[in-house]
Amino acid sequence: MKRGQRRVWIVLAGILLTGFVFMLCLCLGSVPIAVRETMNVLRSALTGAVRDDYIGIILLRRRLPRILCAGLIGASLSLSGAVMQGLLRNSLADGSTLGVSSGASLGAAVAIVTGFSVAMGDLTGTTLMAILFAALSLAGVLGLAYALDKSLSTQTIILLGVVYGMLVSALLTLLITFSGEKLRTITFWTLGSLASVNWSSMLLLTGAFVIFGAILLPHAAVLDLFALGESRAAHLGANVRRTKIVCMAAVCALCGVCVSVGGGIGFVGLVTPHMARLVVGPSHKRLLPACALGGANFLMLCDLAARALFSPLELPIGVITSIIGAAVFIALYAKRGRNDANA
Amino acid sequence: MQTLEVWNLAVRRNGKTLLRDVSFSLGSGEWLAIVGPNGAGKSTLMKVLAGEWTYTGVVTLDGRSLNEMKPRERALVMGLMDQGSFSQFAFTVEEVVRMGRYPYRKGIFHTGDPDEDAAVEQALADTGLTGLRHRSVLTLSGGEQQRCALAQALCHQPQVLLLDEPVNHLDLNYQKELYQIADGWRKSASHAVVTVLHDLSAARRFATKALVLSGGKPLSFGSIKESLTDDILNTAWNMDVAGWMREMGEAWR
Repeated sequence: MKRGQRRVWIVLAGILLTGFVFMLCLCLGSVPIAVRETMNVLRSALTGAVRDDYIGIILLRRRLPRILCAGLIGASLSLSGAVMQGLLRNSLADGSTLGVSSGASLGAAVAIVTGFSVAMGDLTGTTLMAILFAALSLAGVLGLAYALDKSLSTQTIILLGVVYGMLVSALLTLLITFSGEKLRTITFWTLGSLASVNWSSMLLLTGAFVIFGAILLPHAAVLDLFALGESRAAHLGANVRRTKIVCMAAVCALCGVCVSVGGGIGFVGLVTPHMARLVVGPSHKRLLPACALGGANFLMLCDLAARALFSPLELPIGVITSIIGAAVFIALYAKRGRNDANA
Repeated sequence: MQTLEVWNLAVRRNGKTLLRDVSFSLGSGEWLAIVGPNGAGKSTLMKVLAGEWTYTGVVTLDGRSLNEMKPRERALVMGLMDQGSFSQFAFTVEEVVRMGRYPYRKGIFHTGDPDEDAAVEQALADTGLTGLRHRSVLTLSGGEQQRCALAQALCHQPQVLLLDEPVNHLDLNYQKELYQIADGWRKSASHAVVTVLHDLSAARRFATKALVLSGGKPLSFGSIKESLTDDILNTAWNMDVAGWMREMGEAWR
C-alpha cells in the first residue's frame, strides 16, 4: 500500500510541478507579466477573444508557442533517450546516438547556406530541409547497419552512429568554412534555439510526439527485457530485431523533427532518464512517461533561462542544457560511485 | 509424445562444424545432464535449444518444430536460466521475476494475464525470495542473483527448463539449494529439466538421463547407468574419471 501511495504522490507532484513551471515560463521573460494578467489573457483566448494588444501578442504569439515547443522537444528528446538507453543497454546512449540528429543539422545548414526556402505554412525552409536530411540519414544508417550485420548488434549500431556523426560533422565544418557571413546563423542554429518557433512548429512537434510516442510507449515492457540483455530478452519471447528496428526508426524520426525545429539541443535526452530513474525506478512502464514529463519541464526552464538571463540578448538553449546537463551528470555519477563504495 | 526431441542435429558457424549427429529425446519428469570436456559443444547445444543459433536437423518441442516457432511461442514452452549479471539498472527482484511472464501478456499494453500475480508469488516462494522481493537486484549476492534468475525462469511455467551451468561460481550451500529447487520443481510439476553440468557427481545424483559430448559429437546418450559408463567417461576426458572421483571421495573418510 505504501508503494501505491508513493506513486500517486509522484504523479500529483509531477502534474503540479508542470503547471507551476508552465506559468512561471509564461510570466517571466524580457517583459515580466503579472500572473493575474496572464490568466486573463489565457482565459479570454480560450473563449475566443484573442487580445491584440502588446501583452496579448507577447503571450499568445511569442511565449505560448515557444513554451509549448520547448516542452514538446524536451519530452520527445527525453523519451527517445530513455528508449535508446534501454534498447542498447548503454547509459550513454540517447536519441542522437545513431547520428540522425547530426544529419538533420547538416540539412538545416545546407538550407541556411543556399538560402533555400519554400512556402509551406509557417514552416521555414530550414526546418523542411532538416526533416528531409533526417529521413535520408535514418534510411542510410539503418540500411547500412542491416547490410553489414543482419542481427543489428548493439556494437554495430553504436559504431555506425558514431562514424556517421563524425562524417556529418566534417561536412558541416566544410560547409561553415564556405558559409561567409552566414556563419553566425549556422553556429547559433547548431547550438539550438527556440527563438523562431511559431504555432506551425508547435503543431509539427505535437504531431510527431503523438505518433512516435504512440509507437514507443507500448514497447515499455519489452524494453524492460532488453535492459536484462538482448539474449535474455530473446529467451523471454521478445522479437529482438523487430523491436530494435521499430524503436530506433521511431526515435530517429522523432529526434529528427525536434532538431529540425529547435536545432541541436544536447544533453536533455541523456540526463533526463538518469534523473527520472532516481524518482520512479528503472521499469519503463513508469520511466517513459516520467521522462516525457521531466524532460518537458527541464527544457521549458532551460529555455526560460536562455531568453531571460541576459535579456535582450538571447543565449543558445543548447549551451544552457549542456552546462546544466554536464553538472547534473557528474553529480549523478559521483553519487553512484559513493553508493558503490558503500555497498 | 516426448516433450523435447532432437534428431540428427548439426550446427555450422563461420564455416566450422561445432556440433553434429546429435539425437536424443526427453519426456516430462526427466532431467537431462549434458556433460563433456571443454569445447565439446555443450554450450552450442544450449544456444540451439534456447533458439539463439540456427541449426540443421530436427528439433521439436511438444511436437512442433523449433524453427517454425515464434520467439513468444518458444518462450511459452522453454524457460532458460543462464549466467551473468542482470542489469546495470536497479530493478527490484519482483520486477525481474515478473518479466518472466512476458510471453503470456497480450495486447499493446501487455495486460490480460490473469495468472501473473499467482505465478510470481509461487516463483518467489519456491526460490525463497519472497522476503527480498523489493530489493534492488544490484544489491544481491551471487547466490541470490542466481536464485532470482531461476525464479524468473520458473515464473515462465515452462515445460522444459534449461539451466546453463546453473551453479557456476556459487558457494556450496547455494549449489545444494539450487539443485534441490530445480529437482523439486521437476518432480512436483513433472516437467523436463536440461542442464549443462561440469560436476559429474551432481549429474549422477540429480539427472535421470545424460548426453556425453566430445569434440562436437555425442559419445553416448541414455539413462545415467547406460551413458556414464567408465569407458565412455575415460574416453571423453582421457583419464580415469571414476578412479579420480573415488579418490576425491576417499578424502572425506
